[in-house]
Amino acid sequence: MWKYEKKLQYPVRVSRCDPYMAKLLLEQYGGADGELAAALRYLNQRYTIPPKVIGLLTDIGTEEFAHLEMIATMVYKLTKDATAEALRAAGLGDHYVNHGHALFYQNASGVPWTATYIQAKGDPIADLYEDIAAEEKARATYQWLIDMTDDVDLQDSLKFLREREVIHAQRFREAVEILKEDQEKKKFY
Amino acid sequence: MYSQERVYHPYVGPFDPCSPHTAKTYVLPPEVFLGFQPPTLAQFPPMEALRRGVLWPMLYSPYHGRGDRPEARDAE
Amino acid sequence: MSDPKRMDARYYELLEQLQAVDFVLVDLNLYLDTHPTDVQAIQQYNHYVQARWNLAQEFERLYGPLTHFGHSISNAPWRWSESPWPWEV
Repeated sequence: MWKYEKKLQYPVRVSRCDPYMAKLLLEQYGGADGELAAALRYLNQRYTIPPKVIGLLTDIGTEEFAHLEMIATMVYKLTKDATAEALRAAGLGDHYVNHGHALFYQNASGVPWTATYIQAKGDPIADLYEDIAAEEKARATYQWLIDMTDDVDLQDSLKFLREREVIHAQRFREAVEILKEDQEKKKFY
Repeated sequence: MYSQERVYHPYVGPFDPCSPHTAKTYVLPPEVFLGFQPPTLAQFPPMEALRRGVLWPMLYSPYHGRGDRPEARDAE
Repeated sequence: MSDPKRMDARYYELLEQLQAVDFVLVDLNLYLDTHPTDVQAIQQYNHYVQARWNLAQEFERLYGPLTHFGHSISNAPWRWSESPWPWEV
């Protein structure tokens, strides 16, 4: 069971209408290393991971949905009142004819999200190493997104999201260490 | 605090069409070094933790964007 | 024409305070997932649970329910479905 909270995890402000930046931000909405992929990856892997790590996958997977909502908020604000002409000039003409002003789960190039972006191998080390890599790739994506805008308000929210990738990667690394412990041996103490 | 950035110097070819960046940087964030987080690390107060996206200074990784990077300044 | 639903300065102030306390809880929660025996961190977590509850009470009294499905008391009329939503403010 999940419940919704009527607030963002972190404030999202954008200082001007910029549909081109919205297009770029879609990479973290419906891209391979984006927030949707992250949430679905962890919340699916958790069913077949050792008990000591299930809580962590549940909690990080849940936080990813809060990040997805932040990206959605950025895209929404950046395109909300943009004219069809402005969307076309930003390279979103093809998006507009299919979706109007709606958001859609696709990457910055317009490729729709696919489950092939994520894996569940049923092998704890294989899955956690994928998760660590996913966090580092998302961190890099946020760096390149920060480079692509000079809107300091937008940069501020993107820096928050980038730092969360750092923390998630740290926790996944710790999860690997926990699985390396010899649990049977401890029982003899 | 140790530097979270490393520099390397790519080969500059005689026919490179773009003005060459002689120094390129990459990020080495703190989780690469920390190992298992020790208990009782120093913390940011709540509002600063929110603003930085992390409760512990030890795990804070600044990123200033293209404009603040050395090779971007060199290119000006 | 001014929007009657425009949120006042107090809304943004309280919202940020709530975001700060909730953020500490999220980051401590992930830490405790991998450090389940750190009693000091658990005490800190419980302290912020209480602080969070007090702040949320104040926020909901002024601006309506933060959560659905029975986790927030409702006044009449039903305010949950009222604008603004988080992506609109």
